[in-house]
Amino acid sequence: MSEVLVLAETTAAGVRKPTLELLTAARALGEPAAVVFGEASDAVVAQLGEYGATKVYAVGAPEVSDYLSLPKAEAVVQIASAANPVAILVTSGPEGKDVAARVAVRLNSGIVPDATAVSVDGGTVVATQTVFAGRWQARSQVVRGPAVITMRPNATSAEAAPASPSVENVDVAVSEGAKGAKITSRDPKVSTGRPELTDAAVVVAGGRGVGSQEGFAVIEQTADALGAAVGASRTVTDQHWAPHELQVGQTGKTVAPSLYLAAGISGAIQHRAGMQSSKTIVVVNKDAKAPLFQLADFGVVGDLHQVLPALIDEVGKRKG
Amino acid sequence: MKIVVLVKYVPEPTATWKFAPDLTVDRAGVEGRLSELDEYAVEQAAQLAEKGVASEVVFLTVGPAKAAEGLRKALAIGGDKAVHVLDDAIHGSCALSTSLVLAKALEKEGYDLVLAGMASTDAELSVVPSMVADRLGINQATFAGELSVDGGAVTIRRDSDVASEKVTAALPAIVSVTDQTGEARYPAFKAIMGAKKKPITTWSLADLGVDASAVGLGAASVRTVDVSPTPARTAGTIVTDDGEGAAQLAGFLADRGFI
Repeated sequence: MSEVLVLAETTAAGVRKPTLELLTAARALGEPAAVVFGEASDAVVAQLGEYGATKVYAVGAPEVSDYLSLPKAEAVVQIASAANPVAILVTSGPEGKDVAARVAVRLNSGIVPDATAVSVDGGTVVATQTVFAGRWQARSQVVRGPAVITMRPNATSAEAAPASPSVENVDVAVSEGAKGAKITSRDPKVSTGRPELTDAAVVVAGGRGVGSQEGFAVIEQTADALGAAVGASRTVTDQHWAPHELQVGQTGKTVAPSLYLAAGISGAIQHRAGMQSSKTIVVVNKDAKAPLFQLADFGVVGDLHQVLPALIDEVGKRKG
Repeated sequence: MKIVVLVKYVPEPTATWKFAPDLTVDRAGVEGRLSELDEYAVEQAAQLAEKGVASEVVFLTVGPAKAAEGLRKALAIGGDKAVHVLDDAIHGSCALSTSLVLAKALEKEGYDLVLAGMASTDAELSVVPSMVADRLGINQATFAGELSVDGGAVTIRRDSDVASEKVTAALPAIVSVTDQTGEARYPAFKAIMGAKKKPITTWSLADLGVDASAVGLGAASVRTVDVSPTPARTAGTIVTDDGEGAAQLAGFLADRGFI
């Protein structure tokens, strides 16, 4: 069976959940082989193996991470040229998109960004995308080269399938041409202790209806009561009531949690595009005509500043 | 310094979009507009011109005849002139082919800095700027929330899930910008009228030295095989809060296992 290259993302806490989802999706296409940049510790290799990686390519060169995207693209092209994989899976995101785009040009490969599912059909890779602001599903066949696919976090669930990966160290020399865009500073996001927005199982999001920066606090409190990540509409981030990184929508994050609780969000198209794949949607809004109620599995027409504090009490009571 | 801004004419987001029989977006049957996410790039270029950093600003689009309307909109916001790559053979091109056409047009026009939006509001792929960078062999600094140009380099801030990064790239370079860079000005009537006098040059594939067989539906590296509407969500339960709304909501969440 052919290899499927999976570009792994790791943090100090280990392998990121979207990478485990990629490994799970990759098993439908071939044998998952993870590409790790930086140190492939025993713990990282074990975690990749737990989710089905039969091979780990360890790209050691530390300077790969000093420059934007291109050194990683060069390394992936080098590995792909030798391994001849059926597909290359990358997590959607600024860096993933950049690396995937460069790799696709160099391998003259078809690319499908933001896929939600992948399969093999008649010997070619077929990927599903949600298009037209979420209203349609399109299935596309990659007709040339190793299929380069970026996958949306949370579109598939990560399921373990233990394998014992072999580790292959890859020597990569970063070319001079790849050093043109230098990362001069990197500030890691300060951890709020909450789950990450893009891969959280539950998201509580607030919109214009919160009324102010102080009013947004009830969104955070509700999120904490439900063990959820915090999201926000574009109005909220434009007003600086919450940081931009919490924005859900076309120009922010695309999320697909098990539960999306939207409070005070009317539901502009650009917001719906970022959350309508959520499995269960709950809407709290005092305007009964808010378009987001059309997507709601459960809706409460009421003032979020009354409903949410009461909900937090209810959750407390039920948890005892 | 010469800036070329890549812009796209897209279906109006609020309109009902349809697929053409060949499963491409039916662009003829729907109202269009300049992609909102490109307006941020147009605005950044206009500001760099006003600051005296840019000496010339050119807008470049690839698209059907109607796409010239998008160029007029950009020219009303700022800039000096525009280039429209117009050729029937381009219809149905994949991202790889589109990046080839853009790269050839940029080579012909000349540039120091290329700006683009972070994505189009139709295809939403976000990969074309990086592809163009690769074809031209120039630096990229994509998904910029802020940008500044100093001497021979551009510096941007970009945010990912895990970090906020500053990136400096030597020119020539291509930069894609997010909506964080600031909304585009609303052009005054005089600017809209003035835009009509700015020149738009039209190039065919032959003008760019691109073989028609390298682009279009036939050469596409990705082919859409079927499309289906996203299943409609079943209508949910909507209650009006009369003091019991939170308890009813908690009951729903408990039933679904979220509490």
